[in-house]
Amino acid sequence: MSWSAELTEALGRANVITDPARLRTYECDGLTGYRVQPAMVVLPRSAAEVAAAVRVCARHGVPFVARGAGTGLSGGALPVADGIVISLQKLRRVVEVDPVNLRAVVEPGVTNLDISKAAAPYGLYYAPDPSSQQVCTIGGNVAENSGGAHCLKYGFTVNHVLAAEVVLADGTVTTLGGDSAQLPGYDLLGAFIGSEGTLGIVTQVTVRLLAKPAAVRTMVADFATVAGAGDAVTGIIAAGIVPAAVEMLDNLAIQAVAASTESVYTPDTVAALVVELDGPPDDVAEQFDEVQEICREHGCTKIMVAADAEQRRLIWTGRKAAFAAVGRISPDYFVQDGVVPRGRLAEVLGRIAAMADDAGIRVANVFHAGDGNLHPLVLYSEADGEHDRAERLSTEIAELCVELGGSLSGEHGIGADKACSMPRMFGEDDLATMLRLRTAFDPDGLCNPGKVFPTPRLCGERPGKYRPHPLEEAGVIERL
Amino acid sequence: MVLIPGDTGSFDAHHPPRRELLDDCVHCGFCLPTCPTYAVDGEEMDSPRGRIYLIDLAQRGEIPLDRTLAGHIDSCLGCLACVPACPSGVQYDLLLAATRPQLERHVPRTRRERLVRRAIFAVFPYPARMRAAALLGVLYRRLGLRALAHRLGLVDRLPAELRAAEDLLPPVPVRSLFRRPPPIVPAVGERRLRVALLEGCAQRVLFGDVNAATARVLAAEGCEVVVPPGQRCCGALNLHAGLEDDAAARARRLIDTFETARADVVVVNVAGCGSSMKEYDRLLADDPAYAERAARFAASVRDVNELLAELEPRAPRHPVRAKVAYHDACHLANAQRIRRQPRDLLRAVPGIELTDIPDAEICCGSAGIYNLVQPRTAEELGRRKAANIEAAEPDVVATANAGCLLQVRRFLSADLPLVHPIEILDASIRGVPLERARR
Repeated sequence: MSWSAELTEALGRANVITDPARLRTYECDGLTGYRVQPAMVVLPRSAAEVAAAVRVCARHGVPFVARGAGTGLSGGALPVADGIVISLQKLRRVVEVDPVNLRAVVEPGVTNLDISKAAAPYGLYYAPDPSSQQVCTIGGNVAENSGGAHCLKYGFTVNHVLAAEVVLADGTVTTLGGDSAQLPGYDLLGAFIGSEGTLGIVTQVTVRLLAKPAAVRTMVADFATVAGAGDAVTGIIAAGIVPAAVEMLDNLAIQAVAASTESVYTPDTVAALVVELDGPPDDVAEQFDEVQEICREHGCTKIMVAADAEQRRLIWTGRKAAFAAVGRISPDYFVQDGVVPRGRLAEVLGRIAAMADDAGIRVANVFHAGDGNLHPLVLYSEADGEHDRAERLSTEIAELCVELGGSLSGEHGIGADKACSMPRMFGEDDLATMLRLRTAFDPDGLCNPGKVFPTPRLCGERPGKYRPHPLEEAGVIERL
Repeated sequence: MVLIPGDTGSFDAHHPPRRELLDDCVHCGFCLPTCPTYAVDGEEMDSPRGRIYLIDLAQRGEIPLDRTLAGHIDSCLGCLACVPACPSGVQYDLLLAATRPQLERHVPRTRRERLVRRAIFAVFPYPARMRAAALLGVLYRRLGLRALAHRLGLVDRLPAELRAAEDLLPPVPVRSLFRRPPPIVPAVGERRLRVALLEGCAQRVLFGDVNAATARVLAAEGCEVVVPPGQRCCGALNLHAGLEDDAAARARRLIDTFETARADVVVVNVAGCGSSMKEYDRLLADDPAYAERAARFAASVRDVNELLAELEPRAPRHPVRAKVAYHDACHLANAQRIRRQPRDLLRAVPGIELTDIPDAEICCGSAGIYNLVQPRTAEELGRRKAANIEAAEPDVVATANAGCLLQVRRFLSADLPLVHPIEILDASIRGVPLERARR
């Protein structure tokens, strides 16, 4: 029987898509610049069905790509032409909320925000909060090790997942991690989180829940220069304050937000910082004053303190919708994702502005300033033939981050988008070591091929089993 | 399969979906959690983002206008919850309105679909026929035929569309099928406005009490209420189903009828009717004889909640002690962006405690004729809505749309009163208990 017939038999005709028009709706995720129509999309309804689908793929050597809500910004869910997409959107059950042990067990298609909604009756929530949190799924969060505005204080997905049931490349179902945060042996769960779908498919996740903080205070501080805002961020952290979040928006981003929602941001300010503190009320009150003081020292022109929950909501709605809101001020754009050491924020923003001027392309900045995670938005018009120039600028910005001692990606992942930039950040040995880990899980390279690793080790070759390095063969180096 | 060449891709040249509207979508997916069909099935092509993608492909001529595309556009409830959710400002309402008539023109429907639609459009827009159908329905229940049919399993053997219709009919007393507001209700005290009331089709037959309450409340607030005689269907059902020509014909006739009333405002208490009447300007933009009149008419249309919120309250409110769950009708909240007004009006009634319904943005599955033509999805949505309403533990459920009232009632298991918000205001202004005001 052909693999497609086997998949249809295993999942039922209603849960298999082969019609070309329907398949095309799965050809890209949130990064629309890369599109590949898959050979088939399957929609399993249980972990057992996911495993069954993977087993068929393993038997026939068919590559497969897992997909959640398709909001990823690095093309991590980009299909493979001769492979299948395994959509996890029918696995959306909150299995259990355990308020005594502060944890929840959910299926991978549950959205990030729905975990917090399920936990809310117990005064609990799930801390990592990507800007797309009402849409993106926990399965995708695990794959990308997603962050969010509040990761400055609370850490990334990897700090909040206790266990994951996963289907490995051969169709084996196993559980990584466990109820206890401290487990002996290698941290395989840690390796799996952020592996961008290259090690297997997560089918159930046990996450840590936190008690909602007793007090939350939020402000927006305007600055006359981007450098001033950047220095204020450095000042706040240097003062020993750990805000729940420190976000920066520049004027272009603020214009986009204002065009999209009821905006609370000052329309003509050059830059704005959103600073949020949470914790015990007394500590929050004291540090809130201190933060305002530091902002003023760095040339802040105006401070707006959220008077109530509604104003706080408006501040965050604006910030979190900013990427998509940029669609209002530009026909097309790239969302870049890089990290620089916090102390070099002002410097990198200055260099990005100069590079943008040289290229004649607008760049809006909206980012997690607290941990130096930049999201420059490179605005262009496909119709005016600016695509290639903008793409080049976007790549140069990411590589600039590496040059300044930072990282190619903060939270969106490498995906299809940045695979070719990986050698900028990692040496050949680093990449070879990563590849060995990957092939230990997936020797045939069927799990989300073409992502993370530059292909070929320059561009085009499929990740495969370990092959000795020429220097190794020559006896110059040896495997450890 | 019909492929029409030209720069409108697979669409014909008569108002195809516009390229610049399609280009607004950046594929971010923020619409997904608001989409009822995506909530039920989790399939990309039955989500706003997926539907826009398909319309885009058709506009580029990369896919034909065929039954596949039509199926995914048919499955859309047109609830428009995705529109306020979109950070990029995609006007999905316009894309949908442009796509449906194209599919009606170019993709032949199956015999079954044609039959169901013909039956619906032969009954619903005609109050007399609707009343006859409702009377038959009442007899069917009264004579115990319904219980018998269910016991014998006859109902289970009906096609899904008929089963839905069988279940939708509310238990109305015969006399209320004939209740109509007087042709003119004078304003109480000094007259502030002269308003013309739309009676609706299913509305006047099944919810004559709501119309009566609407006239009383408006009068108490200083409006002289006229009910233009001979008014027919506004065409909302046709418009939302993509039957543009029928909708336009009905719109012209309704404009003719209402212009004779010489009112300041046209007031509507059915969200679906109101939203389409506010679209008459677009619908008749190409008709030189009507374009200007349609624009004037559309600008004068107000939902009753909207109008009352604009008027400083004059009539004293008496307490109505109840915990009320207000359910947003999609065509009020999303199409007309009226969310705050009905809540404010209810909050202003002493004794009312207003409560939110979980997952409020997800449609109840009524959506015009949707629950008759797409019964499977509609039933699932109705069940979910009822469960969410019951989770809020209200004493009363209020919603400002006939379709929602029918659909939600069908799935509420508890004996929970379901009213139009205007009925609560009516009870409050008259100082009578809600149950008695409704009699």
